[in-house]
Amino acid sequence: MSVEILARLQFAFTIAFHYIYPPLSIGLGVLLVIIEGLWLRTRNPLYHQMARFWTKVFALTFAIGVATGLVMEFEFGTNWATYSRYVGDVFGSALAAEGIFAFFLESGFLAILLFGWDKVGPKMHFFATCMVAFGAHFSAIWIVVANSWMQTPAGYHIVGEGLRARAEITDFWAMVFNPSSVDRLTHTVIGAWQAGAWLMVSVGAYYLLRRRHRAFALQSVKIGLTVAAVAAGLSLVTGHTSAQGVAVNQPAKLAAMEGHWVTGPQAPLHLFGWVDVASETTYGPALPGLLSWLAHGDTARPVIGLRDIPPDERPPVQFTFQTFHVMVAVGFALIALAAWGLGAWARGRLEIPGCCSGVSRFPCWVRRSPTRRAGGPPRSAGSPGSSTSCCAPRMRFRRSSRPARSPSPWRCSPSCTYCSSRCSSFC
Amino acid sequence: MSFGNLDLNTVWFGLVGILFTGYVILDGFDLGVGALHLFVARSDEDRRLFLNAIGPVWDGNEVWLVTGGGALFAAFPMVYATVFSGFYLAFMGLLCALIFRAVAIEFRSKHPSPRWRRFWDWSFALGSVGSSLLIGIAMGNIAWGIPLDAEGEYAGGFLQLLHPYALLMGVTTVALFAMHGAIYLVLKTEGAIQARIRQWINPLIIAFILCYVIVTLATLLYIPHITEAFRREPWFFSIVIPVVLLIANIPREVNRGREFLAFLSSCGAMAGLMALFGVGMYPNLVFSQPLPEHSLTAFNAASSTKTLGVMLTIALIGVPVVLAYSASIYYIFRGKVKLDRMSY
Repeated sequence: MSVEILARLQFAFTIAFHYIYPPLSIGLGVLLVIIEGLWLRTRNPLYHQMARFWTKVFALTFAIGVATGLVMEFEFGTNWATYSRYVGDVFGSALAAEGIFAFFLESGFLAILLFGWDKVGPKMHFFATCMVAFGAHFSAIWIVVANSWMQTPAGYHIVGEGLRARAEITDFWAMVFNPSSVDRLTHTVIGAWQAGAWLMVSVGAYYLLRRRHRAFALQSVKIGLTVAAVAAGLSLVTGHTSAQGVAVNQPAKLAAMEGHWVTGPQAPLHLFGWVDVASETTYGPALPGLLSWLAHGDTARPVIGLRDIPPDERPPVQFTFQTFHVMVAVGFALIALAAWGLGAWARGRLEIPGCCSGVSRFPCWVRRSPTRRAGGPPRSAGSPGSSTSCCAPRMRFRRSSRPARSPSPWRCSPSCTYCSSRCSSFC
Repeated sequence: MSFGNLDLNTVWFGLVGILFTGYVILDGFDLGVGALHLFVARSDEDRRLFLNAIGPVWDGNEVWLVTGGGALFAAFPMVYATVFSGFYLAFMGLLCALIFRAVAIEFRSKHPSPRWRRFWDWSFALGSVGSSLLIGIAMGNIAWGIPLDAEGEYAGGFLQLLHPYALLMGVTTVALFAMHGAIYLVLKTEGAIQARIRQWINPLIIAFILCYVIVTLATLLYIPHITEAFRREPWFFSIVIPVVLLIANIPREVNRGREFLAFLSSCGAMAGLMALFGVGMYPNLVFSQPLPEHSLTAFNAASSTKTLGVMLTIALIGVPVVLAYSASIYYIFRGKVKLDRMSY
């Protein structure tokens, strides 16, 4: 393998790993603000317990985010030295601003968030939480601006020639608000909210299935689900505006994303498919005119196809097409999941494991002995003997947080043999 | 914002220097705590005390490195590109050490198994010593000079970086950080463990002074461009005097039980050492040897005046804010460290 490929592989691997953590900390930051705000408002100890638990998770994602982020910063120099010389003048100021404004804010106030529970008052602690969340968002701004500048450069000119050539900044604000900055930023940040919210839902759901920390888990699922649902909807909106921006600024990219070859009106949108690059066609079910309509708001407007783009300027079509379609599919699947979760919540069925309600079958095998509960969040004082049976503990939990509205709706379903034997011993 | 005739290149030479000085002083003590982790703290509780002494601040301290690197990238992209690609293996080693260290701090106390904790204890200690050593080696090489070609690319290999002067600088850095960390720990602990750390301070100071004297002699004998700078501007020696006095002040304050003053003296001495390094190097950022005309300086390796101006505006707004809340965070977490349920 050539050195260039190795350097690319290394960069791809490290950036993919890095990119798991900062979005989680951005999303969890927002959720921590919500939870702690709820605690300040209601003084319900459950929220306090949740805030403490999720702060620890936040700190973990943040610390790994910093460590892997350091790798990214180093790799600009170690792997892409010539590129760094070329763009340092433009790119560097965004990165320096990120360091000064965002990283210090985050890491400084994180100390209060983590270790300051007994050292500062609740309001000051809440302020620190807001600052950490704010810092996390701020750090996204600068790196996304730098990334957007690479896609749609603006506010610069090129000085020198050959290896000595480099981009110099002419207009700082034009660089910051380059054509794709705002779209990319909103889509990224809202995606990060989803990431954090789904993490919270997943952890809460896991505890619900394992019958541990029920009050805590249920409330985590509810708060996480609310944020996830809002963010999933907004992702659709920002994804759409981003794609419209791509249609204007990077037509070749749009054409590759959609496997669109022939320029013309009524451009079709492929739901899924396979691109045959050799014969320059894309196979798969397509909705005529939809791509024109989505890109330009009018089915009669033409969309530029790949055949009008010189072959050496075309992006890798198959890979772009497939990954883009997977991304869109995941986005819609998450919207569906959020809707399903909200529906279960509305019917009061969030905490009923599948084996007892018949809502879902898969949780049966996840369940293990309910007596094992090492680790996890500290148990709240209000739920003493939490969670051994399907039926009893729910009433207890209800009493601990708010009065029960109706008798327990647990029922035993005979459809699952493993659970029905266990359920019948409880019910 | 316009800065008139201000020499922005020199200003940024100084500002980058200040950022790295901040990093060395702040991360210096938590790297030093790591260096002492295995030897001084024996029991699990002692080790948790050590980790929690740096718990609230180590993350923020590391940000100084990130910001210093970012500022170097923005102000002197040539230097950033040359140093980071030239010292490729050294920086990968540094990254590995820093990552193991960060993960060790977070992971160690999350699981009670002794084997788990022992593994992360070793990671934390080796990561800390390794980072200190590599930072020192990098500084040694920058002072000594590295072979650069006309394009400003590094024209040597990895083993070439490990010459005796650089290694000596590395060992000196480890000793300095260990001394600094011990003083910080005395400040943050109490009782038996404090008494034990106190016994380590004098040997560490002596070790550091020995290394420092040898480094100074080697510098004066073998690094003519730094010697030349001191000959040209004899007032540079006025920085040496407070550094020596501050180092001498450390055992005095420790013996009198005024740990905070001892810690401040140590911080001041480190700032003085970095200032000496800076004025000795100016205007070179990376000295080229054997061809000094290829050296990267604050003038031939800098970004455009426009960018330096934009960044100075950013720094003028950002740095005072950063200093203000960093100080208040250190103030909130003043006093002896105690283990509670949110501790590592």
